[in-house]
Amino acid sequence: MTEIIIESNRSTRDAWGDLWFYRELFIFLAWRDLLVRYKQTVIGLAWSVLTPLLTMTILTLVFGRLAGLPSADLPYPILVFAALLPWQFFSTTLSTSSISLINNREMVSKIYFPRIIIPTASMVVSLADLLISLGILACLMAWFGVEPSWRLLTLGPLFMLAALTSLGAGYWISALNVKYRDFRHLVPFVVQFGLYVSPVGFSSAIVPDKWRLLYSMNPMVGVIDGFRWAIAPSAGAFYWPGFIFSVVLALLLFSSGVVFFLKTERKFADVI
Amino acid sequence: MSAIIEIEGLGKKYIIGREKRARHETVRDSLAHFGRGVWQGIRHPLTPNRERIDLEEFWALRDIDLSIQRGDRLAIIGANGAGKSTLLKILSRITEPSTGRAVLRGRVASLLEVGTGFHPELTGRENVFLNGAILGMSHREISAKFDEIVAFAEVERFLDTPVKRYSSGMYVRLAFAVAAHLEPEVLIVDEVLAVGDASFQKKCIGKMGVAQSEGRTVIFVSHNMQAVKQLCNRGVVLRAGEINFCGSAEDAVDDYLKGDGGADSIASLATAVEMLPSDPVFRFDEITITQDGEWIAQVDNGKPIEISMSYRVFERTRGLRVYFDCCDVEQNLLFRSFHDGDCDEIPTLAPGAYRSRVEIPANLLGPTTYRLIFRATIHNQRPLTPPSGIPAVLNVEQAGRYNRTYLGDTFRGKIAPCLEWKTEQLDAS
Repeated sequence: MTEIIIESNRSTRDAWGDLWFYRELFIFLAWRDLLVRYKQTVIGLAWSVLTPLLTMTILTLVFGRLAGLPSADLPYPILVFAALLPWQFFSTTLSTSSISLINNREMVSKIYFPRIIIPTASMVVSLADLLISLGILACLMAWFGVEPSWRLLTLGPLFMLAALTSLGAGYWISALNVKYRDFRHLVPFVVQFGLYVSPVGFSSAIVPDKWRLLYSMNPMVGVIDGFRWAIAPSAGAFYWPGFIFSVVLALLLFSSGVVFFLKTERKFADVI
Repeated sequence: MSAIIEIEGLGKKYIIGREKRARHETVRDSLAHFGRGVWQGIRHPLTPNRERIDLEEFWALRDIDLSIQRGDRLAIIGANGAGKSTLLKILSRITEPSTGRAVLRGRVASLLEVGTGFHPELTGRENVFLNGAILGMSHREISAKFDEIVAFAEVERFLDTPVKRYSSGMYVRLAFAVAAHLEPEVLIVDEVLAVGDASFQKKCIGKMGVAQSEGRTVIFVSHNMQAVKQLCNRGVVLRAGEINFCGSAEDAVDDYLKGDGGADSIASLATAVEMLPSDPVFRFDEITITQDGEWIAQVDNGKPIEISMSYRVFERTRGLRVYFDCCDVEQNLLFRSFHDGDCDEIPTLAPGAYRSRVEIPANLLGPTTYRLIFRATIHNQRPLTPPSGIPAVLNVEQAGRYNRTYLGDTFRGKIAPCLEWKTEQLDAS
């Protein structure tokens, strides 16, 4: 028989066992978020197709046509869309997970379960969007005659990297949001700002070489460059130092996020 | 066999902030104060601003020692703010204690509030699965009990309707039905019986009865003393975060109803009497509200409530009347009763000391809070007390005959007289 001891400042040693016990709750919450997403909308799932396509069109017009930035022999829409995949995933995961705890305030203050399930489950919706976008990408590639290569297989690990980055940031901000609602206002700003400082509408090749490493401080730079490299072989040489830097940062962000979250979750119900 | 829950020295401290009151004589002072606050906020963004806020400790729960045996049906009773909910929250691991420890030897499920996690956009069917998972049931468990849950909630026809279109009764029934089919070793129930219509209440109580016959441990928090007496075998009374009494449910209810001897209400009523402006003709000496001859904080509506007013008359006066108003909490007058209410002609009082006593009969007041307002007047001349009178609060608990088989049925109306009903069968079909 299991014995549960409740004490002040008890270590989170049994956190992983608990997580396993509550795995079904994770699935249910993710399923709920998916179900609820397009309730009471007329075009429903079509929104998941429309939003990335419209964003791509605008970015192509602004950066490709108006600004006339170089595209390294790639059709500009492909260049943009390859970057939009991880970026959209990152930005929606970050925005939904960072307010997820507050949106589920009732559950947090009334029922016990490992709280980390909530921000993690909110990633599933963005994951579904990502899968839909992959389908759109396939159509675009066929349309523009871009040939797929073995590099597409690296999309899996690259996706993991994007997930670690967005969850890491999501854990930090959702936990901070419980006490300091300032982050609720900060996140939309970061997401909007990030679209322009990350190489979404342009290739990071246009960043001068001496600034590239510094530019990779943004962990999404490595992810986006990786996606482009995997999808469009002619996108230019891969910048390894920056990529490794991004990977290290993503791992740091994720692990520190988990530690911070588990440390603060015990107080959530008192302050939320 | 060891206890299923053992609690030692448990305490919970909250830090509450209070804004320091500072006087700002000028706009400039206020601006400077505001500026300092902002500056401090920038320098130490994560610490509370000590300039503006006084931090104060507040112990919601203190030195709780308790052991709960397997199969116990324990009632936790206490006034609002006595720490009941905090204790339940610690036991269900929602919040952690500041001191002490608790050992749980079994699966604990809490119904702190039914319907937690219900999503308005999802259908009844979807919510049953979701809510079940939130309460800790596995998918298989929920599937197996699905039909039973739906039948219990009586919502078969609306299973595929989003719950936002449900009536509040249907919503609560469905939510409770899911929770009622949990099978934890320890079930924590907090006031859920205060919802739903009478027949549903009965089903719920039946369900709790089943839980106890299966030897499940139940921790029950309620303000319904009748339900506590009927459903529980042990009771704990919390007062200001500490255990005041621990014993059988019956004794716990008595202890709670007796309260702190009504010290607060005695003091405030006595002060109010003392503070009355003096009058050349009349003076109140003492007003008491008792039950079984004792001041109590919570009166029992199953027994009469004794009211006594002592006063002095300094001049021979015709038509001097003492009386009280019985009002609801919103100050609506329910009835007024005069000391000479059934005299045939207007009496005349000679100088001297008097005491007028009256009883509010048993089984008249309902389980709610009333206000009694005491006054004196000279008929057709002038009032002898200020217009607001001498107010007192009367907390009535349900322990009498009124509606007693339908425990937890929401109290409706202002009073609860037990009328003599006669029902006969006219025709056998």
